[in-house]
Amino acid sequence: MKLRQKRLVYILVALAAVGLAVGLVLNALKDNVSLYFTPTQVYNKEAPQERSFRIGGLVEAGSLKREGDGLTVHFVITDLKKSLPVVYKGILPDLFKEGKGVVAEGKMEADGVMHASEVLAKHDENYMPPEAADALKKAKSVQ
Amino acid sequence: MIPELGHFSLIIALFMAMSLGVLPILGAARNSRVLMGVARPLAYGQFVFIALAFGVLAHAFLSNDFSVLYVAQHSNSQLPGQYRFAAIWGGHEGSLLLWALLLSVWAASVATFSRHLPEEMVARVLGVMGLIEAGFLLFMLLTSNPFTRLLPAAADGADLNPLLQDPGLVIHPPMLYMGYVGFSVAYAFAISALLGGKLDATWARWSRPWTTVAWVFMTIGIALGSGWAYYELGWGGWWFWDPVENASFMPWLLGTALIHSLAVTEKRGAFKSWTVLLAIGAFSLSLLGTFLVRSGVLTSVHSFASDPKRGIFILGFLVVVIGASLLLFAWRAPKVGLGGKFDMLSRESLLLSNNVLLSVASASVFIGTLYPLFMDALGYGKLSVGAPYFQAVFVPLMVPMVFMMGLGPLARWKKMAVPDLASRVKWGFASALVIALLLPFLMGKFLSQESSKWSPLVALGLLMSFWIIASLIISLKQRLSGEGDLAQRLRRQSLSYYGMQLAHLGVAVFIIGVTLVKGYETERDVRMNVGDTIVAGGYEFRFNGVTQVPGPNYVAGEGSVTVHRDGHLVADLHPEKRVYNVSGMPLTEASIQPGLFRDLYVSLGEPIPESEGAWAVRIYIKPFVDWIWAGCLMMALGGVLSISDRRYRIHQKATARASAEPVVSNLQGQAS
Repeated sequence: MKLRQKRLVYILVALAAVGLAVGLVLNALKDNVSLYFTPTQVYNKEAPQERSFRIGGLVEAGSLKREGDGLTVHFVITDLKKSLPVVYKGILPDLFKEGKGVVAEGKMEADGVMHASEVLAKHDENYMPPEAADALKKAKSVQ
Repeated sequence: MIPELGHFSLIIALFMAMSLGVLPILGAARNSRVLMGVARPLAYGQFVFIALAFGVLAHAFLSNDFSVLYVAQHSNSQLPGQYRFAAIWGGHEGSLLLWALLLSVWAASVATFSRHLPEEMVARVLGVMGLIEAGFLLFMLLTSNPFTRLLPAAADGADLNPLLQDPGLVIHPPMLYMGYVGFSVAYAFAISALLGGKLDATWARWSRPWTTVAWVFMTIGIALGSGWAYYELGWGGWWFWDPVENASFMPWLLGTALIHSLAVTEKRGAFKSWTVLLAIGAFSLSLLGTFLVRSGVLTSVHSFASDPKRGIFILGFLVVVIGASLLLFAWRAPKVGLGGKFDMLSRESLLLSNNVLLSVASASVFIGTLYPLFMDALGYGKLSVGAPYFQAVFVPLMVPMVFMMGLGPLARWKKMAVPDLASRVKWGFASALVIALLLPFLMGKFLSQESSKWSPLVALGLLMSFWIIASLIISLKQRLSGEGDLAQRLRRQSLSYYGMQLAHLGVAVFIIGVTLVKGYETERDVRMNVGDTIVAGGYEFRFNGVTQVPGPNYVAGEGSVTVHRDGHLVADLHPEKRVYNVSGMPLTEASIQPGLFRDLYVSLGEPIPESEGAWAVRIYIKPFVDWIWAGCLMMALGGVLSISDRRYRIHQKATARASAEPVVSNLQGQAS
């Protein structure tokens, strides 16, 4: 092969590789991005019904209830305007507390309850997840 | 008075760094021996004054001086001594000081171990490092002074975040920072080569050991962080694709590409511009990592509360560094030339492909990490990119990379015929394939899994590891064949060859760990009454209840779980649920019995109300999980071995020979 042809082959191979990578990235992004919503947005039916999403807010005081198996918990996430009931089966993070910030990821089911697959609370007593803070701020500004 | 001394030292260090950033580079341009000569004294000087400042902060922590705001925020008189010391880098200001200190350590080491380098090279390298140091010191003094006073002094401190009160956290940040900051040396070498307009094999030879050392530190730092997450966060994961983990992983990937690319530049004179670009990229990503962690734009375990001024400063610094270096590159690189030629199939082309794959992998992490930030900034709302994204992108990129990683050491430089290479590897590949397809059938039985399914991902993972091992065996066999004493032939191979093979073996061990723990782990979250037993993965876990035990600065509920297998006691585990006295923060301390083939992992969830001592308990069996870190350690050791090579020790000779013959061909480290 001549040098020019060879260089052309290199460039084509590189382009194909980059194209493949971009395709992979876009495809993966499409399927694996979860959007954040606030309880008010969920109430206004802005959140998707079929796929899972994240919700941020505060754990409403007095809303935490445990089922007999000790693992299934019910609680309510609120942005102080609207609230959303959540059910989760598993061990809650250390810093999960009533009145504190929380982020839950899950799907809305027909019963109007979010079935969470993951519950996150952050690693510092006074730290508020930005998503939770954001939800509170948005709810306030609507007032 | 003492804290002010620290503040004052930082100011002196800043002036020294600024002079270091200007005078020697000017001297190199004007060929002034006097100006170049100040580089070394200034590098030592800035090290001394930053070390002094660091010592002052350490003294403030150890003597509980709560009139210093930073100490009052991150320490407490109840905190055990070793954690009071580690608390120095438990927050934003102190970790910056550690960063600045390590950068000056690197600069001082370059000043010491560069006697054999040409004067103007040393002047430029130290000058560039001085500029970076000046940027960081300025940042610290303007926005994040660790010596700010709190008047009147606090009676006691707010305590260190309990998650950070752990031996792993004492060494993880310094190691990781050594890596981050170490890439500045590779960067400085690349920039000074561009400035001097001389990019040749000698340049690569000088910069190679430094880059490898930085990479070794970074590898160990990341592995330590991952190990810490595994036992400290209490849910048994070892990598979360957390933005801050990604921030360290991106420069690691590019750094890995860089050390391979440097090898080619040194030995074959090829990839010159590409190598320079990688050096710039690796350090830029290190800076970006700092920006991501310190500016507080990310939601992460690591982000401290922060103010926007800091983010803007680092962002500006980042723009200046990347912008200036790319401009310099665009201006100078065309003069560099393409270097050695090579064929479509050759060791060079395989290394180049892997370089591209590693860079693309790094870019895909970059996109996944920054995508939410961009979307938020553009007003598209908040979103998060989860672990599945990274897995979906990473596996398809790593499979061809590992395949070529096996071929690389077997291929010849410059030119290689396809049938020739194929005939060398066919038996190795075939046996790796057969073992990888069959082993999963036995694996389930060996790990006494109830559900032992054959899964394609497990087979794929095993194939990749065995392929690397097969390639290693083939390579050793080729090199050791011949007449005479085997021991002698073993000794004749260079250390850098063994280093390379050990590091590659580390990748194989790492993949085995990841594959088997993903494929066969058992995770059970259960409610357990006192005396309950649970059978999981052939082990019988008995919960004996929880008792209150006082610790030095916390109270722990200590659980007792005994584990039996076939009637024999295997492990007596004591997971804890601690509540720290000062912050009132709860913390789960998992209890782990490590093993070569599996870890038994137990942690406490929460007490179950209205029961008699029942708890939610998390029981994990993690097969081969320790292989993950063992693999990382082997990679790091491989790096250490390869820089202990004799070639880097006899500097004088090597330099003389290399400069006489710019494109050094056929050195050691070649197949046949």
